[in-house]
Order: sequence, then C-alpha cells, then structure tokens
Amino acid sequence: MSIDRYPEKQVRITGIGQSEVGRPSRRTALALTMDACLEAIAEAGLKPSDIDGITTYPGPIADPKGFSPVGATETMIALGLEPTWVGASAEGHAHMGAIFSAIQAIASGLCRHVLIFRTVAQASAAARSNQSAGQANLMGGNKGSARVGGGMAWSVPFNAISPITVNALYAQAYFDKYGATSAQLGAIAVNGRKMAALNPKAVFRDKPLTIEDYLASRLISTPLRLYDCDIPVDGSTAILLSHKDVAGDLAQPPIEIESMGMSLGGLGVGRHVGDFTSFPSDKAGEMLWSRTDLTPADVDVAQIYDGFSILTLLWLESMKLCGRGEAAAFVEGGTRIGLDGELPLNTSGGQLSAGRLHGYGHTYEACLQLWGRAGDRQVTDAKVCAVSNGGFGYGALLLKRG
Amino acid sequence: MTNGEARDGGTAPPPRAPIQFSRQLPEIEPETAFFWSAGAEGRLLISHCDACDYYIHPPLPRCPKCGTEAVAPKAVSGKGRVASYTINIQQWLPGMPTPFVFAAVELAEQRELYVLTNIEGCALDAVRIGMPVEVGFQQQEDVYLPIFHPAEATHVD
Ligand SMILES: [Zn+2]
Repeated sequence: MSIDRYPEKQVRITGIGQSEVGRPSRRTALALTMDACLEAIAEAGLKPSDIDGITTYPGPIADPKGFSPVGATETMIALGLEPTWVGASAEGHAHMGAIFSAIQAIASGLCRHVLIFRTVAQASAAARSNQSAGQANLMGGNKGSARVGGGMAWSVPFNAISPITVNALYAQAYFDKYGATSAQLGAIAVNGRKMAALNPKAVFRDKPLTIEDYLASRLISTPLRLYDCDIPVDGSTAILLSHKDVAGDLAQPPIEIESMGMSLGGLGVGRHVGDFTSFPSDKAGEMLWSRTDLTPADVDVAQIYDGFSILTLLWLESMKLCGRGEAAAFVEGGTRIGLDGELPLNTSGGQLSAGRLHGYGHTYEACLQLWGRAGDRQVTDAKVCAVSNGGFGYGALLLKRG
Repeated sequence: MTNGEARDGGTAPPPRAPIQFSRQLPEIEPETAFFWSAGAEGRLLISHCDACDYYIHPPLPRCPKCGTEAVAPKAVSGKGRVASYTINIQQWLPGMPTPFVFAAVELAEQRELYVLTNIEGCALDAVRIGMPVEVGFQQQEDVYLPIFHPAEATHVD
C-alpha cells in the first residue's frame, strides 16, 4: 500500500474542546463532557447533528471511581447525537486506542465526523471518599478483605498497590544501567511546572518548582518522588476527527495526521520483558516512523506522556527523539526541552503540572501549538508535533499543520 | 531440593512481623493455584513447557514459543538475582508496613524469567540490582507468598 493510502492520511483533526480543569470541579462529569464536546463541534463550524461517530477511552468504569465516569452512550444521548458508529474499549492500545479506532472508522467510510472524548473526575472522587491523590489511584488494594484477580494478582499481594511502585522498577533499572540521576529526572517535573505557569488552565500554574525543591521532596517509591507523579483532576477533553474530503470546508485549517504508531505490552497482566530499562512502546515508535517520510529531526514540539516522569524518558527514546539511554542527559537542566530549546516538551505543563487528563491533554496541546493558539507558551512556527500516550498500552501520533 | 526449602519453609517466622495488616491476597484460580500453594512444601513451582524446555510466568495454557499444551508446573531452584527493585516508602493504607522492598527477581533457570516479589531479611539499602537472592515463603490464609532474601554465601554440601 502506498503511503498516501494509509488510513491516518485520510483523516484530519478539525476541532478540539476542553472543559474547565478542576481540583475538583463543581460541574458534574457529564456536564464537563458536554462542555468539551460542544466546544470541539462548534470550533469545527459543525452542529451536533453533523456528528456521525462517537468514541471514548475506556468507556464507563465503576472502579476506581472517577477514572472514567462517562461513557459514549450517555454522551451520545446527552448531546442528541444520532451516530452511525459508536465504539469504546478499555482493551487495546489504551488512551490513544479510541483515536486509532476513529481513524479506521472514518477511513473505511463508515462515518465522516467522529467525536472522541476522555473525561476524568478523580479529584472529586478522592474528595468525596476522603482519600489522598495517591490513594484514589490504587489498584485493587483498597477493598478490605476481597482478593485480587487477573494481572494485578502478581503485584498487589506484595503491597505494590500503587502504579508508581511498578513504574519505579523501571526508573531504578534505568538509573543503574545508564547512570541517570535524580537531578536529571527532576528536569521533567521542573520543566512541566515552568510550562504550567504559562497555561491558564494548568492546576499548578501558581506553584513554581525548582530542581532544589524537587530534590528535597519526599520519596514515594525510590527513586521516584512526589513530583514524579501526575495529579488527578476533573476535566474533559474532546477531539473531532473528519474525513479529509470534508475537512477543508470547516472552520479550522485541518491538522494532518502524518502517521500513527501503536503497541501493547504485558505490564497490565504481570508480564515484563527486557531488562526494565525500556517499554514495549518502542514498537509504537518504530511503527510511527515507518509510515512517514519525516524524521525525528523534523519535530518542532513534543507532547510526551508523563503519568510518571520516568515514562517521559522511556517514551523519548521509544519515539527516537533521543538515543537509547540518552534521554536523562538530554533533559538535564531543562534548556533543550524549554520553549526556546531544540525540543520544547510538554508545553501545557503535562499531567505532572497541568493535570491528569489522561493522554488527551497531550493531543489537545499539540493541536493548540499547531494552530498557533498556545498563548504565552506558543512555540514559534510549530509545524510538526509528536504526541505519545500510555504506560501499558502505547500510542503515538505525528501531527502536522496542514 | 534447595537450601531455602529446609530453612524457610512455610512454618518459619517471617523476617518482619506484619502489624494488624493483611496483604491483599490473590484469588486462587485454576491456572495459578499451584504457584500460590506450593510454598506449603517449600517449593517454588513455575509453569514449564516440557516440549521446548521453556518456563512461562505468569502461566499460560499453551507454550508461547512452541504452541503445545505440554505445560506443567515444575519446581525451580528458588535462586535468582534482583533484576530491579524499589524501596516503597509511602504508606498507601493504614497499617501497611513501610518502607519495604518490591522487586523483580530473575530466576536462575532462564533469562527474563521474572517473579514480582518483596526482598526481606536484609537492610533496605543493601538491596542492589544483580544481588543473588533465594526464595522463602510467608503463609497468609491459604496462600504461600514467595518472598526472597539475600542468598547465603556459597558453601559446599
Ligand atoms: Zn514450548
């Protein structure tokens, strides 16, 4: 198949929307969802009746509370949509899986305009149950006497009940193998906070963080510290995809999906491969670059997943934006990843400082940058943005200003 | 069998006594029951393909290498090395004994054959990647958790 027949080449991003982001928000999860979706539809110059596809990640989930409180069906009803195609799955490539499915639905001719959203209400869920931010994200470990099944059964009995404890294995092995230091890893958190100061929606916009603050912060699971963890919020993000044949008639200059990459690993089922210094996200990075004539040198700005800071280092290498084992030295000091650096990184503040919008904040920010609407944090003349999402299922996008 | 069997059978007291805190135990499922119960006999069993001599953990009904169903639990030495570790400091739940070491141990029998576990029986800051360890078991209800400790210095039997 020639490169221009690839499904992602048939699709454009034509609108984005985002609700307020709160810690917590006083609006309900469904109200936040509608805010984001209606904004994305209006931005494209469309009406709800034009939307013929809708999807989300992962679909409604009862536990942990607030992780995914709103599904595609209730959003469809709330917005009065009558879509041809509705899809959502917790399975697959995690966060970006919904975007990949939407691309396929459009490219196959099933629909023309697909609304994708991701809603989180983890800040209000934690507040209601009087839990800390960390407790709100525990895996199966807070159920009293109930036993744990499935993939979590391999880690939870050993008291690794927070995702950070498993991720810390990767951080420690990476530190050991490549001689990386806390001061280097801390540059991810410090950079995020610097960017957040320029993002009016970032939950930590008014809380500066220096590398000294980072190094003095408490350890959660060595070598990871408090500021290596992202922050639960309430908020919803929507992204509208349209077929290229109709995208040109809409209100925004369409953003091209230059390429996509996806992979899935065994972390969620307790299976680890390699030596704990890289993720199966490497395959997503390889797929991404195999589907484009662009190269990593063409990337003007990057929104790289930062559910934990260590994920950003591993993803930078998977995306070939840094050589193997070189990401920590690359980010050290923050100059290269700052707004005027060679690779401005996580310009919204990322999940560490803007809030855990669970991958969708990264794609949203990528579009803002490519449309030149990122305000004080705008990267000059940003034409190509790399985006990646995920800690156990992996997705990557290369987005290009049309 | 292993030295660990004699010294660290299910009746041995755990190195650090739990304080009114129960670990959340695994469901005993048909595919995994052997792993959680063999500690009663001081054995660590890992699913193994007899057709191509390949260990599979977590267990699967068919061998991912050769596709046969010739998989069955097999006793391993209980020895290995720390592939990676972390000292978990945050107390996630009331009563949870912290800090503790969570680790991935690479079993001696096969490269990248990892068991997630705790390392006990030594100072927290003595744990290193590459450190030789061996298994012991801690019983809680009907589950025998494989918990590793530093391997004894080599000696002649
Ligand atoms: Zn086999």
